[in-house]
Amino acid sequence: MSKETILEVRNLSKNFGGVKAVSEVSFQLKRGEALGVMGPNGCGKSTLINLITGFIKPSSGQVFYQGKDITGIAPHKAVNLGIARSFQMAKPFYNIPVYKNLIIPLFSPRVRKLVGGKFGDRDEAAIHLLEDVGFERDSSIPYKAAGSLPHGYVKRLELARCLSLEPDLIILDELFSGMSMSEVASILPFLERLRDEGKTLIMVEHRLKELFRVVDKVVVLNFGKKIAEGLPEEVVQNEEVRKSYLGSEVDSSA
Amino acid sequence: MSAKVGYRKERLDRGIKARTDDIFAISTYREILYLILPRVFVIAGLLIFPLLGDFTGVYWQNVIVITCTIALLALSWDLLHSVGLVSLGQAVFFGVGAYITGFLAQQFGLPPLVTIPLATVFGALVCTMLLYPVLRLRGVYFGLITFALPLLFMRIIETTKVLGGTEGMSGLPALPSIAISLYIIITITLVCVFGFQRLFETDYGLVLKAIKDNDRSVIAAGFNISWFKAQAVFIAALPATFAGAFLTHHYQFVGIPAFATDYSILPLASAIVGGPGSFFGAMLGAFLLVPLSELLRDLGTLRIVIYSVILLIFVVGLPEGLYPYLRRKYFQFERVVSMELEEGGK
Ligand SMILES: Nc1ncnc2c1ncn2[C@@H]1O[C@H](COP(=O)(O)OP(=O)(O)OP(=O)(O)O)[C@@H](O)[C@H]1O
Ligand SMILES: [Mg+2]
Repeated sequence: MSKETILEVRNLSKNFGGVKAVSEVSFQLKRGEALGVMGPNGCGKSTLINLITGFIKPSSGQVFYQGKDITGIAPHKAVNLGIARSFQMAKPFYNIPVYKNLIIPLFSPRVRKLVGGKFGDRDEAAIHLLEDVGFERDSSIPYKAAGSLPHGYVKRLELARCLSLEPDLIILDELFSGMSMSEVASILPFLERLRDEGKTLIMVEHRLKELFRVVDKVVVLNFGKKIAEGLPEEVVQNEEVRKSYLGSEVDSSA
Repeated sequence: MSAKVGYRKERLDRGIKARTDDIFAISTYREILYLILPRVFVIAGLLIFPLLGDFTGVYWQNVIVITCTIALLALSWDLLHSVGLVSLGQAVFFGVGAYITGFLAQQFGLPPLVTIPLATVFGALVCTMLLYPVLRLRGVYFGLITFALPLLFMRIIETTKVLGGTEGMSGLPALPSIAISLYIIITITLVCVFGFQRLFETDYGLVLKAIKDNDRSVIAAGFNISWFKAQAVFIAALPATFAGAFLTHHYQFVGIPAFATDYSILPLASAIVGGPGSFFGAMLGAFLLVPLSELLRDLGTLRIVIYSVILLIFVVGLPEGLYPYLRRKYFQFERVVSMELEEGGK
């Protein structure tokens, strides 16, 4: 039951001046897999995501997506190939009503092509997506300007924006950061469902306990280098991983 | 221990806003009337104005031509602003439109009916290509480039003596009559105001607006924002290059003043005073500031002082802009109602 490789990262590196933010990172991801990326603050997780999605050009190394070399691709082209990503510092379109925030991705070249040029009702599709990620349909929140959204909802909106693109690969950069315990608890089943439906996921996360409920395997970075890769329960036993995290976090979640 | 009676203002909102900001649930024809009346009033007023030539005099007819010119430049500014580009050099669009018209008219003897549309479209293309390399610059940096461009054009024409040099090109074909001129420019102005307004209600317009809010997320939604910004610049350039082309035939002359700073500052001031982002505001601002500056013309040097003070009052006193303020007030009623005050309360 060998599935095709959807993403392959080969010796990917990025230097910011003297800082090696990402250094010789390689890994593969098969279609339908859920990968966690973890590591201490500043270890290069977000940079890695930016390199894959084209928001930053790599210093060296390659990225293959569905067998195609997409190294240094223009970020909007990566999206139209089916790679959707969320931002760690999620910002909505402040002056636009919440549900209209989703009209923008629903109007994107990718979605328009997928639905064959004609689109029934973008508004309705947007409201559906919002419901999926936990907005109440009958509240007035979806109709207010997104600038007034509480932080937890901004993150949900960010997730909805990714999903609206009907992506083949979803990359979530610290979706849980800034969310309360209960908010994370309410969004977790949704992510698990995405995984069970066979969506390919990459999740960058500090909250390991929750991360491990969703992902099949993890890659651990430290100082830009990949120091471990494997099943979550294996990786947390790894001596180097424990050292990089100074113990505490890994112990509590193992 | 009897409660005191005090008074407070109560606010009522007209036009029942249901669910969203842009869907109005309208109950009666009176409500509808209330909504469209200001538009009807403005459109009718502008369309009747040219007929009143005997009454208003040529001077004020010319003032309205200039007013519409500035209004068009202000609309152009407002559209650029709506995608996050702050232009400090609207004169560049105006001047390019004006010079292309002058060139076509003088070199090939083409009539205004041909030169104006050609210069409008071709000028907008030229301006878009000029600005394309700097579209990724934001805020003040983009502003500085646009500020420098008209000055650059002035110097080039001055030193190379091309396109008539400092003399300019005169004796260009005139438009048939002032009434026709007025009708043309008033119609174009109205079409632009309502057209831009509608454009920003479409999904396409939503993408443009989103670029200003957060360009990164627009990219992450799969849009090539350089390309979208270029389109926005092209659309925004159209009314401005038209204004330049039109005024060239109106004056039967084009020269270095086509790149004058007035054509950059007045539209900017109009859009700011009127309230950016609504297009109606930009037009309203122009119709306030341009005639005002004409009225103050007799005062000589004092004019600039008074003008600046009035500008200051507007910008400080009404930071949201005149149009959004009037609109809000139009849809709100305030009435005084009595209320009971608790003992010791205020
Ligand atoms: N644009 C940039 N210019 C210079 N240095 C950068 C830039 N972006 C990131 N860095 C540096 O690269 C390193 C990795 O940063 P990155 O944001 O990828 O870390 P991270 O793992 O996502 O951290 P966090 O958990 O805090 O989000 C850090 O040392 C950071 O200071
Ligand atoms: Mg990060």
